[in-house]
Amino acid sequence: MIRVLLPAHLRTLAQVNGEVQLQVEGQITQRSVLDVLELCYPMLRGTIRDHGTRQRRAMVRLFACGQDLSHEQPDAPLPEPVASGDEPLLIVGAMAGG
Amino acid sequence: MSGVRVLVGTRKGAFVLTSDARRERWAVSGPHFGGWEIYHVTGSPADPSRLYASQSSDWFGQLIQRSDDGGQTWQPVGNQFTYDGVPGTHQWYDGTPHPWEFARGWHLEPSLTDPDTVYAGVEDAALFRSLDGGQTWQELPGLRGHGSGPSWQPGAGGLCLHTIVLDPRDPGRIFVAISAAGVFRTDDAGKTWQAANRGLRSQGIPDPEAEVGHCVHRLAMHPARPDRLFMQKHWDVMRSDDAGESWYEISGNLPTDFGFPIQVHAHEPDTVYVVPIKSDSEHYPPDGRLRVYRSRTGGNEWEALTKGLPQRDCYVNVLRDATAVDALDSCGVYFGTTGGQVYASADAGDSWAPIVGHLPPVLSVEVQTLT
Repeated sequence: MIRVLLPAHLRTLAQVNGEVQLQVEGQITQRSVLDVLELCYPMLRGTIRDHGTRQRRAMVRLFACGQDLSHEQPDAPLPEPVASGDEPLLIVGAMAGG
Repeated sequence: MSGVRVLVGTRKGAFVLTSDARRERWAVSGPHFGGWEIYHVTGSPADPSRLYASQSSDWFGQLIQRSDDGGQTWQPVGNQFTYDGVPGTHQWYDGTPHPWEFARGWHLEPSLTDPDTVYAGVEDAALFRSLDGGQTWQELPGLRGHGSGPSWQPGAGGLCLHTIVLDPRDPGRIFVAISAAGVFRTDDAGKTWQAANRGLRSQGIPDPEAEVGHCVHRLAMHPARPDRLFMQKHWDVMRSDDAGESWYEISGNLPTDFGFPIQVHAHEPDTVYVVPIKSDSEHYPPDGRLRVYRSRTGGNEWEALTKGLPQRDCYVNVLRDATAVDALDSCGVYFGTTGGQVYASADAGDSWAPIVGHLPPVLSVEVQTLT
């Protein structure tokens, strides 16, 4: 299972506590994980990626294994510890104001 | 027993304030959607249990929330606002062409007759409509298709469609206002639009009497007089008696004619309220005194309403969507401030009292009269 940790506001929106666990088939990439996440939690559509372009929203970041993966290609494989479920993919609201 | 429900949108969530018809003791519910900007919360005139809220954040974008039980529970509905066709460009602040980009929903206007039909005014300026209770949204592209669209420029708050006024007599007639393009009217339910700015005069644009380009802040209509519109413009309080064909100034004896909201009494079509603000660069009341001004003559002759409002050291603003009236007898008047106060008057403005005093900055206030 792929582990995903949502930021607090999106946990509230999706009505989940703690990590989300997803069954993702095939290669484990940003795109494949986010596709399954949005399939399981359709209220998250448009909050992490733009509806139309599917690009990451500017003030959302993707971290894992101590790395900022935000600027990796969406179809690039995620680190093996994420694919194996040992480490979560962190979806993070950028630190900025408010 | 009759009562009122006050729907408050703030920078950090929504609040629902309820009272019986005496409007003296209030229950406060919230924050709903804590931490999110709530530009507008409003209810369906056809079904007071049906509420809609526009929820947004710079981080996570736009959501629309719907309640079917008067705000006790909410569910997110559709949040996809896609401009029709190739969106094209409008002018940016520096005058260069800028692609139309959705930023947020400013104002939701439910149909007068169908709880599932609701209009959304958005930034960058466009009008959307949902026919399924907010699940899906379709643009009414004729508005941006008005030939002036590429020349529209944003006001300081963005290129926003912030006001939607539905004509209760004619379902095909809708007025919208855009900062800083002006007023547009459709008579065919949104297929085609005409600019409705004749008589406006704005010193801040190259041609002060241009057909399009005015920073209109807010429109108000009394349902018994749908051809009469009131306007708070960037500067100037204006009135039209011919459904926006022409406008004339009614600022009269106001201490300043800059401001954001304008509101009409629920039962008296000639009674109008504004909240004058010192200037375009000083968004606070003149002399530190928070005064609502009321005209009982449809404009020009205004009286200051001060009883119960702070009359010293007050430097809050009242934003364009942050006034409302109830339909009780006598008419209740409400407004929220950027300082987080929501004031209510149960006697048409003669006296005021705060309902709450320490909310986040208030973006919108709507009132439902419950029977």
